[in-house]
Amino acid sequence: MDSLHIEKLNVSIGEKSILNDFTLTVPKGEVHALMGPNGTGKSTLAKVLAGHQDYHTDSGSVLLDGKEILGKEPDEISHAGLFLAFQYPLEIPGVSIANFIRAAIESRLGAEESLDAPAYYRRLYEKMDLLQIDRKFTSRSLNEGFSGGEKKRAEILQMAMLEPTYCILDETDSGLDIDALKVVSNGVNFMRSNERGSLIITHYQRLLDYIVPDVVHVMWDGRIVKSGGKGLALELEEKGYDWVKDELAVACS
Amino acid sequence: MSATETIDLDFEKGNFHYDTEYDYDAGTGLSEATIDYISGVKEEDSWVRDFRMKGLRTFTDKPMPTHWATRDLDNIDFNKIRYYLSKGQTPSRTWEEVPEDVKNTFERLGIPEQERKFLAGVEAQFDSEAAYSRMKDDLAKEGVIFVGSTEGLREHPEIFRRWFGKVIPTSDNKFSALNSAVFSGGSFIYVPPGVKVKQPLQAYFRINAENFGQFERTLIIADEGSEVTYMEGCTAPKFETSTLHSAVVELVALKGAKIQYITVQNWSNNVFNLVTKRARAEEEAEVKWIDCNIGSRLTMKYPGVILKGRKARGEVLSIALAGDGQHQDTGAKMIHAADETSSNIIAKSISVGTGRSSYRGIVNVPRNLKGCKNNTECDALLINSNSRTDTYPAITVRGDGNSVQHEASVSKVSAEQIFYMRQRGLSEAQAMSLSVNGFVNDLVREFPMEYSVELKRLIEMEMEGSVG
Repeated sequence: MDSLHIEKLNVSIGEKSILNDFTLTVPKGEVHALMGPNGTGKSTLAKVLAGHQDYHTDSGSVLLDGKEILGKEPDEISHAGLFLAFQYPLEIPGVSIANFIRAAIESRLGAEESLDAPAYYRRLYEKMDLLQIDRKFTSRSLNEGFSGGEKKRAEILQMAMLEPTYCILDETDSGLDIDALKVVSNGVNFMRSNERGSLIITHYQRLLDYIVPDVVHVMWDGRIVKSGGKGLALELEEKGYDWVKDELAVACS
Repeated sequence: MSATETIDLDFEKGNFHYDTEYDYDAGTGLSEATIDYISGVKEEDSWVRDFRMKGLRTFTDKPMPTHWATRDLDNIDFNKIRYYLSKGQTPSRTWEEVPEDVKNTFERLGIPEQERKFLAGVEAQFDSEAAYSRMKDDLAKEGVIFVGSTEGLREHPEIFRRWFGKVIPTSDNKFSALNSAVFSGGSFIYVPPGVKVKQPLQAYFRINAENFGQFERTLIIADEGSEVTYMEGCTAPKFETSTLHSAVVELVALKGAKIQYITVQNWSNNVFNLVTKRARAEEEAEVKWIDCNIGSRLTMKYPGVILKGRKARGEVLSIALAGDGQHQDTGAKMIHAADETSSNIIAKSISVGTGRSSYRGIVNVPRNLKGCKNNTECDALLINSNSRTDTYPAITVRGDGNSVQHEASVSKVSAEQIFYMRQRGLSEAQAMSLSVNGFVNDLVREFPMEYSVELKRLIEMEMEGSVG
């Protein structure tokens, strides 16, 4: 029950099928890595989980701690506890990071509740200190004119403030230099908890030097073709994705 | 004061009306008899009556400006409008004396509460006349005058007449002529030399009756070296038929004076809002128009400054939000008429649903002037794919020693931005409203706090209603 459970998910855009009977379980307390070459459906999976309307789900189910989230609105899914760190975070001109996160937190309050502003700022600064983010950052417009690294830090800060039960990190390492990569990884490691499950989507092994996963999955052609321990990532790095492809060809013949 | 203390004034809050008995009613339609009636009940001097009659003739002679403006203007039926409705021509000095139904209306709009909290004076107009008018005693001692136009004409004709109709001539446009014929209410303010009015003076214009036309006339004179901030708010209930609001506002800033004029209008979507606003700024004077246009069926308003004296400065900061089916046709006019004058126009518009926003601007710097500067920025934000925006800037800068800068942009809130915000938990309407607030944010920062909070709330209300 306490897991993000994806069961035989089939998703298409137009005539093209992208996810084929995709099945995966991320239990609470674990960090899973989902690896695979470009175009294999990793980012589609992330968007479908978050409720993006552009994709058509043909069949399957996504259970968040036993509750179906497929077909729900993006904000409902967010409130249910799923957070997606975007590969390409969007710019929101004129809206400061502090005000944006505040609005996100306020959206979770009941009609009679109101946000305790001083407590909110205390917590925001605490998290920023932990993530080694400069306090000046809070007054900047969200993602506007940010470097790749700054955008990813802002994603991690939002994640830390919203404290989701399940985190999906979509190619969080793309476009990061080594210092930014360390900051981001620290954030994710700091978020590790028995109460939280994470799925890290990545193309490269590099991120997994800093975030050590419990399980590594290899995705190919819209489904998981191989799962294993952290050693699998190293093996992939060494042998390349063609190795999986070749193995698959052998298995299928 | 903190944000939570601010007076709640949202779109729906203005949509109510109590049945009211009027003691004075000019009937329906417009003729010389209408003017005789208005002039008669106000006991005006003959020069005022003549001024009105000239206004009526000019109004009748002038064609509707549909050769450049929207044809929707043709839908105004001047014969069906009631031009004067009141309970009397003398406003009360205390809220206790205000008739019960009128007092209830203003209490529901939060005006007495605002007055207690941060205002130096309040005038509350109900249909044609001010029902309440009061200013703090210490300002009166310094010689500040803040009364309705009816009282101003009666009690202070020597100042009133000197500036009346001098900034905006009767023949300026068809609606300034109409206002000149049937004007009633509005504020008359005089600030003596060197007096700095620290807290704002506020007027509130309330339309209560159906098929009614409100034609207030405001005249503000800031004498040498004085300073004043004036704020106006407006609401009307939603009627099936259309309502006309056609004001004329004239500001005079004498040498070194500063006037800040803030409008937060929130008309219901049956109101034709056709207003002429202009200021004259003498040497080293500063006039700033802060203009927020929300609601109405059609708004046409282009606040202007005639920069008459050396180093005079004019500014228009304008926000327009055109909701579904609404047209905000707004802008600014900067007429440079002396050396080293400078002007700044920042206009931001938001179009929602089938809403349309148009920016019209005139900046004129003649060849013989030196050292003049203008900066114009117009930014439009489109919310839906059927929303519309147009920009008609007319900038004429002649001569070598003058500079001008013009920037314009059109942006759209993308589906991906909305998805991103919703992934963080915001509803679609919250996401829209946050984007719109972000878009106007840098401008709203220039507003007094009380009004920026109110504006933010109005935007939220408008966006909540726009998402189906």
